[in-house]
Amino acid sequence: MNPLIPFFVVVPLAGAFLIMILGKFYKPFPGFFASFVLLFLAIISLYSLITTGSDLSVYKVGGWEPVNVIPIGIYMVLDGLSATLVCIISIIGFLSAFYSISYIKRYTGERYFYALFCLMIAGMNGVVLSGDIFNIFVFLEISVISSYALVAFGVEKNELEATFKYQVLGGLASFFILFAIGFIYWGTKTLNLADIKEVFKAGYDNAFYLFVQILLLCGFGLKAAIIPFHAWLPDAHSSAPSPISSMLSGVLIKAVGIYVIIRLFFNMFVISEEMAILITVLGALSMVFGVFLAIGQWDLKRLLAYHSISQMGYVVLSVGIGMMLVAQNRNPGVAALAIVGGIYHLINHAVFKSLLFLSAGAIEYRLGTRDLKMMGGLSRSMPVTSVASFIASMSISGIPPFNGFFSKLIIIIAAIQAKFYLLALLAVIVSIITLASFLKFQKYAFFGKAENRQGNTVKEVPFPMVFSMVVLSILCLVLSLLAFPGIREIMLNPIAGILTEVGKYSSNVLNF
Amino acid sequence: MIPYVMCFLLFLVGLYGLITQRNLIKIAISMSIMEFSTFLFFALIGYIKGGVAPIVNPAEPDKTYVDPLPQAIVLTAIVIGLATTAMLMAVIIRLYRKYKTFDIREINNLRG
Repeated sequence: MNPLIPFFVVVPLAGAFLIMILGKFYKPFPGFFASFVLLFLAIISLYSLITTGSDLSVYKVGGWEPVNVIPIGIYMVLDGLSATLVCIISIIGFLSAFYSISYIKRYTGERYFYALFCLMIAGMNGVVLSGDIFNIFVFLEISVISSYALVAFGVEKNELEATFKYQVLGGLASFFILFAIGFIYWGTKTLNLADIKEVFKAGYDNAFYLFVQILLLCGFGLKAAIIPFHAWLPDAHSSAPSPISSMLSGVLIKAVGIYVIIRLFFNMFVISEEMAILITVLGALSMVFGVFLAIGQWDLKRLLAYHSISQMGYVVLSVGIGMMLVAQNRNPGVAALAIVGGIYHLINHAVFKSLLFLSAGAIEYRLGTRDLKMMGGLSRSMPVTSVASFIASMSISGIPPFNGFFSKLIIIIAAIQAKFYLLALLAVIVSIITLASFLKFQKYAFFGKAENRQGNTVKEVPFPMVFSMVVLSILCLVLSLLAFPGIREIMLNPIAGILTEVGKYSSNVLNF
Repeated sequence: MIPYVMCFLLFLVGLYGLITQRNLIKIAISMSIMEFSTFLFFALIGYIKGGVAPIVNPAEPDKTYVDPLPQAIVLTAIVIGLATTAMLMAVIIRLYRKYKTFDIREINNLRG
């Protein structure tokens, strides 16, 4: 039993409240307090990640014990997968909040920014920890409504247009999810994920089952911006303030999109082969089209946003392959490898994509432009930013000593072992195109001629921004250790175990 | 069965509006219509024929009650819907101030 579970939601909520009240009296308070709150969360999440391992703890909200093994209260479940996600959310959140201390000075209303930031963190933690499908919806809305407001924080033309698109599509996704929840409740008379699994295991109507699955895939696919549902992502992620872009791209689309898809399709539904094929195809589509859409971009943050779609494609593809193998009940070792690859790439993507967005923000902070053609020669005047973004670029394109290489390698090996040679080939080709596109970014921004540039006297960015970028660069290197045998068994394999051992999650939660 | 069909029709009306309308305010209204069809759907699935409000009276043990959980869900969802609508309206007002129009075809800075 982990007594820390409710803190992940309560602490940031209380933080948002205090920031609004006390930020009025003392100007620099909100930034430091938000960073402090998130640092605290990062510490307790690391502690939970280390102590959880392969067991699972449940917190019953309000102390409502189950009646005849049927849960009646809201459950919050902490297992290896959710502990990993909480850890990513808190650490990236802390670094982005600390980065914002200097970055956000150009906007008015700092305390609103930090209050919304804390609310977004509370919502994401809630989604990740919740074991109840309606509760997932409520927390999801908390986090996305605050992200709507944060995308529009600059209140200029582009920001407002982007947030309008984001809100309309996000609202549509919410209706799909709510409809699906209604259908699930109609069919099973329960909302608890584990209990729903038990009901579905006893038998289900096939047409109803498929309809609900498709509705949920559309809803959460819209939140995760998998390719046919991606239209809002490049606008929203490129228009937001940079620390928020790094939160949205690095964490939000994973916590409320990919994570929920993984959790629902492995631990709530009985895994079916048709859905596994559909998910794999969607993943491959996002992987390929995302990178082709990215390659023609000249707006730096827009380029990064399209790469988010492509990299999320890798995660979805790899998890889909794992799901297909579990459904066919062959090769459990390869299935676990594919899922490990997916989750590992998810962790890595959170780190290097946040780093890329933060360094893009640093460039924008000094130059005031996001257009690659207006930059040049920054490697001399902004050395730390230059090195950080170089590490991140190499990491995202899969160059050996960095973490991106290892996760992509695991995904490709898993695809080959599962005999999906075409998918493995596509993954390699997309990785090469990614490299090309990031070499373009490096060349135009950091090398090249300085004459095209707008400002001539460019300095390195202030300390908080440098600190966040350096920590993330170190993480890029350190996380590659997770791939090595010995560490992989301890850190990543329990997560794959939760997903591949069908039925273990539900029996563990119900008998807790 | 008829209430379910009507509820679905309401959803389609909202979806039609969302797709065809060019005015920002009308898009927001269409979204509200879709939202309310979802709420109606929840109210319908909780209804049991001949059921009364679920206030349990120990004196009459074999009375039929409607399912209270969807009602609680709808109340939560209405509050969330209110927040989304308010947020959308705030953005629309700001958009109007910047672009001086409600026409979505003229608001197209971002593309590609």
